[in-house]
Amino acid sequence: MRTVAALPGVAAGSTPQRRRSLLRLGRLGPPVVLLAAAAGAWQAITSALHVDPTVLPGPVLVVTATWAERAQLWPAMVTTTLEALLGLALSVAVALPLAVSIDWWRPVRSGVYPLIVASQTLPVIVLAPLVVIWFGFGLGPKIALVALFSFFPIAVGAVQGLGSADPEVLDLLRTMRATRRQLLTKVKLPCALPQVFTGLEISVTYAFTSAIVAEWVGATQGLGVFMTAAANDAPRQTDVVLGATVVTALLTVALFGVVAALQRAAMPWRSRGPA
Amino acid sequence: MTGSPVALELRGISHRFGDLLAVERVDLCVAPGELVALIGPSGCGKSTLFDIVAGLAQPDAGEVRFDGRPVADRLGASAYMPQRDALLPWRRVDANVGLPLELQGRRRAEARRVARPLLERFGLADFAGYWPWQLSGGMRHRVAFLRTVISRPGLVLLDEPFGDLDGLTRADLQEWLGDLLVELGPTVALVTHDVAEAVFLADRVVVLTPRPARVAAEIPVGLPRPRPAASREAPEVVALERQVREALHEAAWVP
Repeated sequence: MRTVAALPGVAAGSTPQRRRSLLRLGRLGPPVVLLAAAAGAWQAITSALHVDPTVLPGPVLVVTATWAERAQLWPAMVTTTLEALLGLALSVAVALPLAVSIDWWRPVRSGVYPLIVASQTLPVIVLAPLVVIWFGFGLGPKIALVALFSFFPIAVGAVQGLGSADPEVLDLLRTMRATRRQLLTKVKLPCALPQVFTGLEISVTYAFTSAIVAEWVGATQGLGVFMTAAANDAPRQTDVVLGATVVTALLTVALFGVVAALQRAAMPWRSRGPA
Repeated sequence: MTGSPVALELRGISHRFGDLLAVERVDLCVAPGELVALIGPSGCGKSTLFDIVAGLAQPDAGEVRFDGRPVADRLGASAYMPQRDALLPWRRVDANVGLPLELQGRRRAEARRVARPLLERFGLADFAGYWPWQLSGGMRHRVAFLRTVISRPGLVLLDEPFGDLDGLTRADLQEWLGDLLVELGPTVALVTHDVAEAVFLADRVVVLTPRPARVAAEIPVGLPRPRPAASREAPEVVALERQVREALHEAAWVP
């Protein structure tokens, strides 16, 4: 794209993507500084007041103790991450086709959609023991619970996204003799993407938490098991429990980043310049 | 286009929304290659008339004929250009222009290949790979026009196609479109509420009454197309504009 800026009628500048990534880095600054300040204050207080480390260890102790346990921590991370990813994948695999059929068939919309919304009143956490009864102690119940947690935001995002297509644009394509299928693939699905990804982002924040809750109820491996074991050790390994919590948060942030990258790849028209 | 002397004919078209009569017994004939402007106050039912011709709605009474034959299923029989450009943001310019061909079952790559020479011919070659958000309003409208004509329609319906553009861009685009339509030669019906636009572009101006829409007057323009920008100030054009304005005024007073 040589003389872009010189051409008339071009609204935006030449390298929006570079400016955007710099902006993104710039946005990371303030929260990182704030977090570092909080950790510093925490360390200062625990050191100055000689707080019992089994009650509240300082951040330095949390990091060193957790690092010492890395041989156990690593497989636990892998297991829980696998549960979270498979649960999310199952959720997407069910939610998207369901959203499309809700959009396609009016009876499905009037019959199923209210049930989906009403299903949110079920306390999914309480279902955890039931899920263990049904699916045993392996990966199954964790995947099921993650999927149950993450299903609603994705399904609702997809249904609303499909419904948000501009009726004027749909009419225009009808005058071009577009079939319903073409309206779906060429307008409604691309139109739904932003809301599907918003739903997915919300679900990602639940995914690790729900996997860990499922592990607490019954599991042999995973971050939930790791945390319970550390908490019940003598003496209590509070530092390792806190470390595992931080690791869970970092994993969630990382998965969030992956989803954001997927989103940019799926919607190149939002960020990239001309071909 | 067959040898029929009438490309588009409306016979006694009436349409109502509930108790509201939007269109009342509209008769209209458009010759092949002719450009007819329908002008009337906002909300007079012009767009309803277009929805009927495009096949998005069926009239409560009357019939629509293409080339002398009544056509009930009219979707796809004409090319419709809405007031907003309605470009798909997830398609680059060439893929937006090629969209009608894709809907007819051609592959996307092929549709883009057909779009390229058209973009070149009408001054958009450099923008083929742009996303719609990277274009100004005037450029987006040009893209939408090319999308409208890419399947070489015999009949083009333009529904206030410059409605949301600023005055300078609008004049520029009217000249561009006037040339393009003469070069491609389709029959055109243009809905507008801009008197100067109607006289500048059309072979004939049809004045409609406020709701319900009825034909109040027909004013032939009788100047060759395409018209140079300078023709806007020509005395006969100014006189025609005054004539249209008076007809609009009179139409508004008819009960």
